[in-house]
Amino acid sequence: MLKYVLSRIATFLPTFIGVTLISFAFIRVLPGDPIIVMAGERGLSDERYQELVQQFGFDRPIWVQYWDYLTGVLQGDLGQSFVTKRPVWDEFFTLFPATLELSVFAMIFAVILGLPAGVIAAVNRGKFFDRALMSTALVGYSMPIFWWALLLIIVFSGNLGWTPVSGRIDLRYYFPDPTGFMIWDAIASGQKGAVTSAVRHLILPTIVLGTIPLAVIARQTRSAMLEVLGEDYIRTARAKGLSPLRINGLHALRNALIPVITVIGLSVGTLLAGAILTETIFSWPGIGKWMVDSIFRRDYPVVQGGLLLIAVMVMVVNLTVDVLYGFINPKIRKR
Amino acid sequence: MTVSNNLRESIMRLRTILASGVATLALSFAAQAQTLVYCSEGSPEGFDPALFTAGTTFDASSHTVYNQLVEFKTGTTEVVPGLAESYEVSDDGLTVTFKLRPGVKFHSNDQFTPTRDFNADDVVFSFDRQRLDDHPFHNASSGSWEYFESMSMPTLISSVEKIDDLTVAFNLSRPEAPFLANMAMDFASILSAEYADAMAAAGTPEMLNQAPIGTGPFTFQAYQKDAVIRFLRNDNYWSDPAKVETLVFAITPDASVRYQKLQAGECHIMPYPAPADVQAMKDNPDLNVMEQEGLNVGYLAYNAKVAPFDNRNVRKALNMAIDKQAIIDVVFQGSGQIAKNPIPPTMWSYNNAIEDDPYDPEAAKAALEAEGVTDLNMKIWAMPVQRPYNPNARRMAELMQEDFAQVGVNVEIVSYEWGEYLDRSKAEDRDGAVLLGWTGDNGDPDNFLGVLLGCDGVGSANRAQWCNEEFDGLLTKARQLSDQAERTKLYEQAQVIFKDQAPWATIAHSVVFMPMRKEVEGYVVHPLGGHIFDDVSLAE
Repeated sequence: MLKYVLSRIATFLPTFIGVTLISFAFIRVLPGDPIIVMAGERGLSDERYQELVQQFGFDRPIWVQYWDYLTGVLQGDLGQSFVTKRPVWDEFFTLFPATLELSVFAMIFAVILGLPAGVIAAVNRGKFFDRALMSTALVGYSMPIFWWALLLIIVFSGNLGWTPVSGRIDLRYYFPDPTGFMIWDAIASGQKGAVTSAVRHLILPTIVLGTIPLAVIARQTRSAMLEVLGEDYIRTARAKGLSPLRINGLHALRNALIPVITVIGLSVGTLLAGAILTETIFSWPGIGKWMVDSIFRRDYPVVQGGLLLIAVMVMVVNLTVDVLYGFINPKIRKR
Repeated sequence: MTVSNNLRESIMRLRTILASGVATLALSFAAQAQTLVYCSEGSPEGFDPALFTAGTTFDASSHTVYNQLVEFKTGTTEVVPGLAESYEVSDDGLTVTFKLRPGVKFHSNDQFTPTRDFNADDVVFSFDRQRLDDHPFHNASSGSWEYFESMSMPTLISSVEKIDDLTVAFNLSRPEAPFLANMAMDFASILSAEYADAMAAAGTPEMLNQAPIGTGPFTFQAYQKDAVIRFLRNDNYWSDPAKVETLVFAITPDASVRYQKLQAGECHIMPYPAPADVQAMKDNPDLNVMEQEGLNVGYLAYNAKVAPFDNRNVRKALNMAIDKQAIIDVVFQGSGQIAKNPIPPTMWSYNNAIEDDPYDPEAAKAALEAEGVTDLNMKIWAMPVQRPYNPNARRMAELMQEDFAQVGVNVEIVSYEWGEYLDRSKAEDRDGAVLLGWTGDNGDPDNFLGVLLGCDGVGSANRAQWCNEEFDGLLTKARQLSDQAERTKLYEQAQVIFKDQAPWATIAHSVVFMPMRKEVEGYVVHPLGGHIFDDVSLAE
C-alpha cells in the first residue's frame, strides 16, 4: 500500500511543474496587454508605457520571467496582484474559505440526494420512479445555472421571503477577524441568530451549485447499480432470501461505489474551480469570481497563482481518490 | 509574501480574534442603529485613491474616508473649499496658494492615533509621493499613479511648497485653468503624513492602502474582500457630520440580484440598475428612482486622416444617415439621451444653441453622391465591453450598419479584445470608424474637448485623428484663462467648429438611474458619477 501511495505521489512533481508552465503561458497567450487594459479609455503616453513595462518586468526575456516565477513559487511567493497591489497568496486564502465552504455543502447536498436517487431509479428500472428521477436529473444537468439561480432567488427570496437574496450572513453580524468559514465564525462569535443567518444564506447557493453534481451522481449511481445488479452474486443473494434493503444497500451499492467515487472526485475539482456563476449571482466572495475578474483585467500574477493553487488542490483531491480506490479495491494497488 | 510571514500573520490574526471577542458583540448591536446599506456594484481595488482609477474604488475611499483641498459641491461640478478654506491664483497663473482649514482631525485606528491636526506637511506628502521618483512612498505599494500621470500633473506641478503650517503653494510650469478642478479629483485626496511615517517605521507601508486614515465624513472600519465594507460616522468631522452612524457597502456584482436585495429591504440604495428593470422600479411603491444625465458621451469617431473621411462633407453626410432615436430606444432602452455636442448637457459651457444634424437618409445619400462617393465600403469598430455611454456596442454597430446601407454605404463590423481595441484604434492610419466614449474626470470642458479632440491627442486619445488649428487655438487660449465666463465663450465657439467639421457622430449621453428605498432621504445624484452618502438619512 505504501509503495502504491508513493508511486502516486511521484507523479505529482512533473504534473506540478507542468501546471506552473501552463498557468504561466495561458494568460500570456491571450491577446491583450495588462498595461493598456489598466489604463482604459484614458490611455497613457509611450514613455509612461515603457516605464510600466519595466516596473512589471515585461521587458525581460520570457524564460527569465518564467524562471523568476517558478523560483518564487517554490519559496511560497506567488507575486502581487497588478490591480490591488496585494500578495496573491493573501488574496487567495482570504477568499478560498468561502468557496470551500460552499463547495463542501454543495457536495454533501449532491451526495445525500444523488446516491439514493440513483439507487431508487436502478431498483425500479423502467418504472415511473426511474423515468421521473432520470428526467429530472437530465433537466438539472442541462439547466443554465444563471437562470436557475435567478429563478430560485425570485421565488424563494423575492416572492416567499424565505431565504435572503445574497451574501453570506446578515449585515448586522460583524466579525472583526474572520477565519472566512462563515458557519464557524458565526458559532465562534456566540452572537444570537448568527448561525441561523449563515445557514439560511447557504441554502440557495448550495442548491444551485449542487444541482449539476447531483444530477451526475444520480445518473452514475443508477448505471453502476444496474451493472452490479445483473451480477451472479446478487442473484445468489436473492436466492438466499436476503432482504432487498440488504442486497441493494450493502452488496450492490458497495460495489457500485467505485465509479461513483470517481465522479465525486472529479466533481470536487469542478466545484473548486467552477463556482464562478454561483459566486457572481449570490455575491459570494470566493475564488471563482476573483479569477474571472483577473482574467478580464489581465492580472497575470493572480491568474497564474490562482490557477496553480486550484490545480494543486485538484491534484490533492485526485490523489486522495486514487488512494481511496486502493482501500476499496485491493486489485488496483497491485497494478 | 513568504510562508513564514503568512504564519506570523495568521498568529497575529488569531490573537486579534481572541482580543476582540467581546468588542464584537458590542459592535454588532451598535450597528443595528442607523445603518445605511449600499449595494455596490463591485469591489474596490484598494483604499488609496491615488493608486487607482475606478469609480468603485473612489466611492469606498475618496468619497467616504478622505477629503481634498477643494471639492465638488455634491450634485454639481462646482469647485468649493474643502480642506483649504480659500485659495489664490497669482497674476501670471503660475502659483496657486491654498490657505488650509485649522483644527481638522485625522481618524485613528488600532495601529495609529494622530498626535496633531491636519497641516501643510500632509498636503506636501500627498502630492510629493506621487510626483517624486525618489520619495520613500513613491514605490511603497508598487505604486503607479495613473490618474496623476494621465492628468499631466508631473509636468504641470514644478513644486509643492510649505509656506507655514496652514499655507501651501503649488508652483506650476504653465498657467492652466483646469488645475483647480484637478485638485478636487480623487487622486488629490489628502493622506496623513504622520500615519505614513508610523507605518513605514512599523515596516507595513502597505497599510496606507489597506487601512486608510483620512479626514473624511466616515472612518474605515473593515473590509471583507469581495463581500462587505464597513464605515462608521466620523464624529469629529470638520464639517456637518454624516447623518447615519454606520455605512455598509454590500458588494453585489449582479444587477438583477441588487434589485432583488433592494426589494427585500436588504439594501437601501443601489447603483447601475439593468435598463430593463427601471420601469418596474418606478412602478414599485416602496422604491424611488432618481435620474440624471451622466457626465459622459458615446461617439463614433471617423478617421479624418483617411479618404474619404478626410472630407468634412462626407462625415457630415454619414452623420445625417444615423437614426439616433432608434439607437436610444434599442441600445439604451430609454436610459440615454441623444448627444449633439461632444460635452454633456450638465457641464458648464454646453452650447445649447447648436442644432444637431437632422436624420435624413435622402439628403445624406444626395450629399455623398455630390462628393462623388459611391459604393463606399467602410468598417465600424464595436467595443467588446459595456460602458454607461454604450451599453451594447455590437448592437449599436448593427443599427448603424442598417442605417448606412440605406444610403448605399456597406459596413463591415469589427471588434477586438478590449486592450487590443484601445491600442489599435489609436493608429493614425486606422481603417474604419470607431465606437468609443468618455466619462468626465473633473467637470471641466477641457477634460473632454482637449483630451479627446486636441491636436496633441492625434495618434492617442484623439481617435478621430482630427486636428483643427482654429479649434485647438481656442482650447489653448481657454486653458490659460481663469475666468469661467470668458472660458465659456471660447468653449461655446469650439463646439460650433466641432459641429461644423463633424469629426465624430455624437451618439448619446447615458442617463444615470439611482433606485433607492422610499425611506432614504437626502440623496443627491452626483454628475461626476460618484456616490456620496454624507447627507443621506433614513426616515423612521
